Amino acid sequence: MAYVVPRPKLTLAEKLYLPAIVAGLAITLKHFKKALFGKGNVTMQYPEQKWDASLPEHYRGAPTLVKDEHDRERCVACQLCEFICPPRAIRIKPGEIPATNKFAKVEKFPLEFDIDMIRCIYCGLCEEVCPEQAIFLRKDYSITGLTRAEMVHDKAKLYELGGVMDGLVHKWNPKK
Amino acid sequence: MDTLLSYDWFFIATSLVKTLVIIFGVILPMVSYSVYAERRVSALIQDRLGPNRVGFPTTLLGFKKDLQLFLGGLGQPIADGLKFILKEDFTPAHVNKFYFWLAPILVIVPALLTLAVLPFGSSLDFDFIFQRIFGHGFGPVKMVIADIDVGILFVFAISSLSVYGIVLAGWSSNSKYPFLGGVRSTSQMISYELSIGLSVIPLFMIFGKLNLSAIVRFQAEHGWLLFPFTNGEFTWQKIALWVPCFISFIIFMVSVFAETNRLPFDLPEAETELVAGYHTEYSSMKFALFFLAEYTAMIAGSGLVVALFLGGWHLPFIPDGAGNGGLEILHHLPNWIWGFVNIGVFFGKVSVLIIFFIWVRWTLPRFRFDQLMRLGWIWFFEIALVNIFLTAGVLALFPN
Amino acid sequence: MLNVQIDGVWMQFPRGTRLIEACAQANKFVPRYCYHAKLSSPGNCRMCLIEMGMPKMGPDRKPVLGTDGKPEIAWIPRPQISCAQDVAEGMAVRTDSPMVRDCRHGVMEFLLINHPLDCPICDQAGECRLQEFSVDHGTGGSRFLENKVKKPNNVEVGPRVTLDAERCILCTRCIRFMQEVAHDDVLGIVDRGSHSTIACHSDRKLDSNYSLNTVDICPVGALTSEDFRFKMRVWFLKETKSFCTSCATGCNTVIGSRENTIYRQTPRENNDVNSAWMCDYGRLNFHYLHSKDRLMEPVLKTKDGHEIATWEKAIARAATELKKYRGEEIGIIASGRMTNEELWLAKKLAEALGTTLHDIVPHFAEGDDILLSSDRNPNTRGAQLLGLASAIPGEHLGAIADGVRSGKIKALLVLGEDAVEAGIATDLLNLESLIATHILPNATTKLATVLLPGSGFAEKRGSMINGKGRLQRLNRAINPPGNARDDWEILRDLILAVTGHNGIYMIEDVFKQMAASVPQLANLSLSKIGDLGVQLPT
Repeated sequence: MAYVVPRPKLTLAEKLYLPAIVAGLAITLKHFKKALFGKGNVTMQYPEQKWDASLPEHYRGAPTLVKDEHDRERCVACQLCEFICPPRAIRIKPGEIPATNKFAKVEKFPLEFDIDMIRCIYCGLCEEVCPEQAIFLRKDYSITGLTRAEMVHDKAKLYELGGVMDGLVHKWNPKK
Repeated sequence: MDTLLSYDWFFIATSLVKTLVIIFGVILPMVSYSVYAERRVSALIQDRLGPNRVGFPTTLLGFKKDLQLFLGGLGQPIADGLKFILKEDFTPAHVNKFYFWLAPILVIVPALLTLAVLPFGSSLDFDFIFQRIFGHGFGPVKMVIADIDVGILFVFAISSLSVYGIVLAGWSSNSKYPFLGGVRSTSQMISYELSIGLSVIPLFMIFGKLNLSAIVRFQAEHGWLLFPFTNGEFTWQKIALWVPCFISFIIFMVSVFAETNRLPFDLPEAETELVAGYHTEYSSMKFALFFLAEYTAMIAGSGLVVALFLGGWHLPFIPDGAGNGGLEILHHLPNWIWGFVNIGVFFGKVSVLIIFFIWVRWTLPRFRFDQLMRLGWIWFFEIALVNIFLTAGVLALFPN
Repeated sequence: MLNVQIDGVWMQFPRGTRLIEACAQANKFVPRYCYHAKLSSPGNCRMCLIEMGMPKMGPDRKPVLGTDGKPEIAWIPRPQISCAQDVAEGMAVRTDSPMVRDCRHGVMEFLLINHPLDCPICDQAGECRLQEFSVDHGTGGSRFLENKVKKPNNVEVGPRVTLDAERCILCTRCIRFMQEVAHDDVLGIVDRGSHSTIACHSDRKLDSNYSLNTVDICPVGALTSEDFRFKMRVWFLKETKSFCTSCATGCNTVIGSRENTIYRQTPRENNDVNSAWMCDYGRLNFHYLHSKDRLMEPVLKTKDGHEIATWEKAIARAATELKKYRGEEIGIIASGRMTNEELWLAKKLAEALGTTLHDIVPHFAEGDDILLSSDRNPNTRGAQLLGLASAIPGEHLGAIADGVRSGKIKALLVLGEDAVEAGIATDLLNLESLIATHILPNATTKLATVLLPGSGFAEKRGSMINGKGRLQRLNRAINPPGNARDDWEILRDLILAVTGHNGIYMIEDVFKQMAASVPQLANLSLSKIGDLGVQLPT
C-alpha cells in the first residue's frame, strides 16, 4: 500500500517564499553577529588549546606495549594482535628468551615488534585480543613524522610510549 | 600634430591603463578576497572561526613573526593561490584534451569581458598634470573601460557565452558527473537569461538608453532606481515607478544568482549530487580558472546591479569627478579626489552586494532542478512580461 | 557389509571398520587424542567415549523388533571407547547423547587439570586438538583448586625435537610411532600417577630420521620442532600441496609459507606413497631456498669479469653461443631434479641443436627401508622416460667429460647441476661457451659464460615421476627471489631464440605437448594429476 503524504496547505506568504528567505537571512545574521563579537564560537584553537585533560578513560590513542612491575615485557609474541589487526599494521618477529635470562620460564618474546602508524586505525582490537595484557591503546593521538619509516613504531618506541602497567594478571609468576 | 600625444593615443593609453589596473589591481584581488570573505562569513554564520591563521609571511624577510592584520588569516588567499599554481596540473587520460584545455579559458574570458562596460567611477581629471607635460589638457577621463552605447546588451551577449565553457568542460571530461553538470548548467543559464533580459526592459523604458555610464548619470541626477529620493526630488511618478522597479530588481537579482551558479542555484556543481559538477576532472590552475570565473561573474553581476538599480558610483552629497552636483562646500577640494571617492563608492556598494551573495549562500538550501525550472519559466518569465506592461502603464498614467 | 545404527540412522560398513572411523564416515566426528588411524589403539585418552548398544535378543535368540519393524536396541549403561572397537552387525551408537556429552566434559576437565594454559607461547596453538575439543566439548571452567603439577619443559629429547612435559596428555602416540613405524623404540613413560612423563631412553636421544613425525602426530604442544619453534604462528601459514623432492620416494607434503617465506613442510597423507609420514632429512631440506646466496640475476661473462644482464640479453647471448657450434660440439648435462616439463623442453632443445650427448647426474646416498630412497634424484624415472637419460643414469657423463677434455665439445649446457660433480675437472670448464642454470652458486655457475637463475621446487609448478613410477605434481608456494625465473620458461625462451618458433605460453601447454608424444603420459594433463598423483603404466 502506497502511503500518501498529505501536502501541507500553504498561505500566500509561504507561497511567495520571499518572507521565508528574509526570515532565514535574519537567523544567519544573528549567528553571524554573535560569532563576530566572539560569543557564539565553540572552535578550539588546536595546537594552543588541547583536549588532553578532558580525554575520557576509554580514549583510544596510539597502541603501545607495556612492561610489568618486574620490568618484564608482558608481550610473549603470540601474534594474535598481528592476526586480528584489520589494516595489518602490526608485524612481529618472535624470538626465544635465552635460558640464562631470569624470565627464561616465559620462553618466548618479541624479537621485533613494529606497528605501522600510517596503517593503524586505532580500533583497539589488538588490546582486546591480547591474552597477556601487553598491548594498550594509550592517549597519544598526535603521531607525526616526516618519513614513512619514522611512522613505524618499533619495539623501543612502543615501550617508551607504553611504560609500566602493574596490577594486572600474574600468569607467569609461579607464586601467584 | 602639434602635441606630443594626440587624443587618439591618449584614449588608447588610458584604456590600457584602466584595463590593467582594474583587472589586475582591483578585480583579481577582489576575487581572491571574496573567497576569503566567503570562508570567513560562512564560518561566522556557522559559529566557527574560519581561516584565521595565515598571515603575510614576513618571516621570509627575516622578521620574527608573520604579519597578522586585524582579522588574521588575510594571507590565506595568497597561500591558496600559491597552492593552485604549485599543484600538479593533471589531465586525465580519458578526456578530450583540446576542449578540456579550452573550457577554462572560455569560462574566464567572458566573465572578465563583461567588466569592460561597467562604469566603476564617474571620471578622473588630471589635466593639471597633463597641462604641464603636454601643454594642454585632455578633459576628464571616463571611468569605464569601454563606454559603448549598447552597454547592457553587450553584458548579456558576452555573459551568455560562458555557458559554452561550462558545457565544453562537462562534455570533454568524458565522465558522468561533469556531463550532468554541464547539461544542467546549459538549461539553467538559458532559462534565466530570458527572465534577466525581460526584467531590465522596464529600466530601458525609464532610462531611455542602454549606455551604462549614461544610466548611472541618469540615476545621479534623478535619484537611484531603487531609492528614488536620493536627489531630494519628490514626484508621484517616482512613487508609482518604484513598484515595477522593485519587481525588476528581485527578478534581476535572483536571475544573477542563477546565472552565476551560486547557491541556491548551484545545481551544475551540486557537490552532494554531482561530486563537483562540470569541473570534477579539473585540478590545479585549470580548476582555479573556473573558481576565479565564478567569483568574477559574481563581481560583474553585483556591479551590474549596482549600476542599474543602486546608483552606481553616486552617493548623495558627493560631487562627481567633474565637480558637478553634491554639496557646494565639497567643491573646494580638487575634482580628482571626488573621482576617486566615486570609484570607492562603487566598489563599496559591490562589496556589500558580494557579502549579500555570500550571506544568501549560507542561508538557503539548494533548489531541486524542477523547482528551478518552474521558477524560471513559470514565475519569473511571466512576472517580467507583466512588469513591462505595468511600467508602460505607470509611465502613461504619470507623465513627467 | 554390516548394518550399524549411528545416531538413529542405519548405515552399512564393511567388516573390520573401526567404530570411530565408521562414525567419522557417517559425518559424526568423534573427538580423539590417542587414536591415530596409522597406529595401534591403546584406548588411553578416553576422549572417544560413546554410548553403544546391541540388538535386544528375545528368548528365541532372535532380535526383538520394535513397532517400526527395526530391531530394538539394548543400550549398554556405561560409555564405551569407540577407537578400540570394530563395528558389528546390528550395533547401535549414540555420539551425541547427554551421557556422551557428560563424559567428554569430564575427560576434558581431567586432561586440563595439569595443563599450563600457555597457549600464547605454544607452537601448537591454532592446530591444537586440546584447544579445538575444549571449545567443542569442554566446560570452559575448571574446578581444580590445588597447585598444578610442575614438570620439566623445554627439554631437548632429540636434536630436532623439544618436549614440554607440562603440556603432554600422555596419549602415547609418539611412543607408538617410534615403536611401530620408525622401529626405534626410544620413548616411553616414566614416573607414576600425575607425575607420569614422556621421556627418552637415558642412553639415547630421539635422533631417528623420522623423529619429527612425532611432532606432527602430537595432538597437543608437548613435542615441538626445534626448526619451526617460535618462528611463525600456524594460522598465518598458507598451505600449498606439494611433494618432497629430496629423494625418489616423493613423499606428499604441505608447504606452510607466509609472504614468500617457507616456514615448514609437513607430510600429507597418501597411502600409495608415504602413508602419513616423511623423513626429517626431506622435511628440513627447504632452507636452501632462502639462502642469501641465491642466484637472482642473469649474469654474463665479459672480458673483465661478470656483469648482470637483462633476461632478453642473457637469452640472446646464450642462443648465439649455442648456434656457433655444430650439434656434436655441444653437450648437455641435465638434472634428475628437473620437472618433466623442463626435461621435455631440454630434450627439445637438444633436438633443435642437433646434439645427442646428454645425460643427468646421478646422486646416490644411503637410504633406508622406511621411506628414504637411495636415489636422491626425485625424477630419475622422468628423465629416463623422456629420453634425457638411459637406463643407467649418468653413463654418458664419461663421454661428455672426455669430449670436453679432448676439445671435441666446445659448448656445454649445464641445467641445475654442477659439472664438476659430473666428473669434469674445474680447469677444463673454462670452455668458450658454458651456459648454466641453477638456483645456488657452485663451481660451474662461477665459470659460466651465461648464468641463468632458476627456481626451487617450491617456487614452480610441474610434475615428476617418483621411483615407483607415480606421476606427482608440484605447486607453487612462493615466488622465486629477485629476477629468477621458472626453469621451463628459461628453456622455452632458449628454444625460441635458437629455432625462432614455438607456441608455448603456459606450463599446461608443455605438458600437453609431452602427453601427445609420450605414450605413458597419454590422456593426462597437469590438472588431471590431482593432489595424490597418478600411477603410470610400466
